[in-house]
Amino acid sequence: MSTARTIATTRSAMGIPTGRLAVWWVLVSEIVIFGGILVSYVMHRLGHPEWAAEAAHTNTAAGATNTFVLLTSSLSAVLGHKAAESGDGPKAARMLYFTCLGGLTFLTIKAFEWTHEIREGFTLQAGGFWSYYYAAAGLHAFHVLCGCIIMLVVAASAKKNENLHRVENIGIYWHFVDIVWIFLFPLLYIAK
Amino acid sequence: MAHAAQAAHPAPAGAHAHHRNYVKIWAVLTGLLVVSVTGPMVGIRVVTLVAAFGVALVKAYLVAKNFMHLDIEKPIVGWMLGLVLMLMVLLYAGVAPDVQKSAGQRWTKSDKFHYVSPQLQKAEKGNQSEHERGANH
Repeated sequence: MSTARTIATTRSAMGIPTGRLAVWWVLVSEIVIFGGILVSYVMHRLGHPEWAAEAAHTNTAAGATNTFVLLTSSLSAVLGHKAAESGDGPKAARMLYFTCLGGLTFLTIKAFEWTHEIREGFTLQAGGFWSYYYAAAGLHAFHVLCGCIIMLVVAASAKKNENLHRVENIGIYWHFVDIVWIFLFPLLYIAK
Repeated sequence: MAHAAQAAHPAPAGAHAHHRNYVKIWAVLTGLLVVSVTGPMVGIRVVTLVAAFGVALVKAYLVAKNFMHLDIEKPIVGWMLGLVLMLMVLLYAGVAPDVQKSAGQRWTKSDKFHYVSPQLQKAEKGNQSEHERGANH
């Protein structure tokens, strides 16, 4: 087996392993993407009080359930990190699989929710509120999906006790996705 | 082998943080979720705002501090994140007046500033004519 390692795992810039620093850079750019959407949503929402009536059609129970699911998956992600720190790769992999399951549960609930809303006529073109709703929640769901795929790849190597530092890196990304939803939930589901 | 290579790395951000009780933090987050859902049911605007957005800020802080281990991460990361968050505030401060106000020092929005779909225009016209008929009677 080759012992060659990539620069991202062997070099440290500013005292932070390069792989982890790269994840933080990704998150910085993600803040601009999600922040831009959320900031423009807030300013339009304040300029359009009538959007409250549109927001009343969103399913708060589904949103709250999804928040709980993501918070629980964040717990399993950090427990996976803890296991990786102690050198227990198989346990870290199990925790990542559980986190991934949380992500899939989130997407399933979202699929049911959107199906219902689209059938009711609340499509992407139904109005300004719904445009933001689908753009913000859709972009977030895409990040959940990407996180799940990356997590499966990381879990496969963690299972063999390889590249355990990646468990922390994907965990940081997953917690960010959780934080974005923490703000999306009150903006889209609670403020009615 | 992998362990040996990783041991040469600088300590991960969470290396000194695993004495934290993650399950307890998760329980607190779940409790806050319940507050953010039930708070708005009271029907008082201030309570709704605090329960929804104040609690969201606390939840985000708890996740960033305890799960992302930002409190023990190198300060440069905090600066990076803080800088882009400031940019978002700047974006809001710069653009919000144009979006939310109908007039400024040297500008006034025309009625056609906001796009109104043909269906909505038709509905609005219908409502207007109904009002006019009601006023004539």
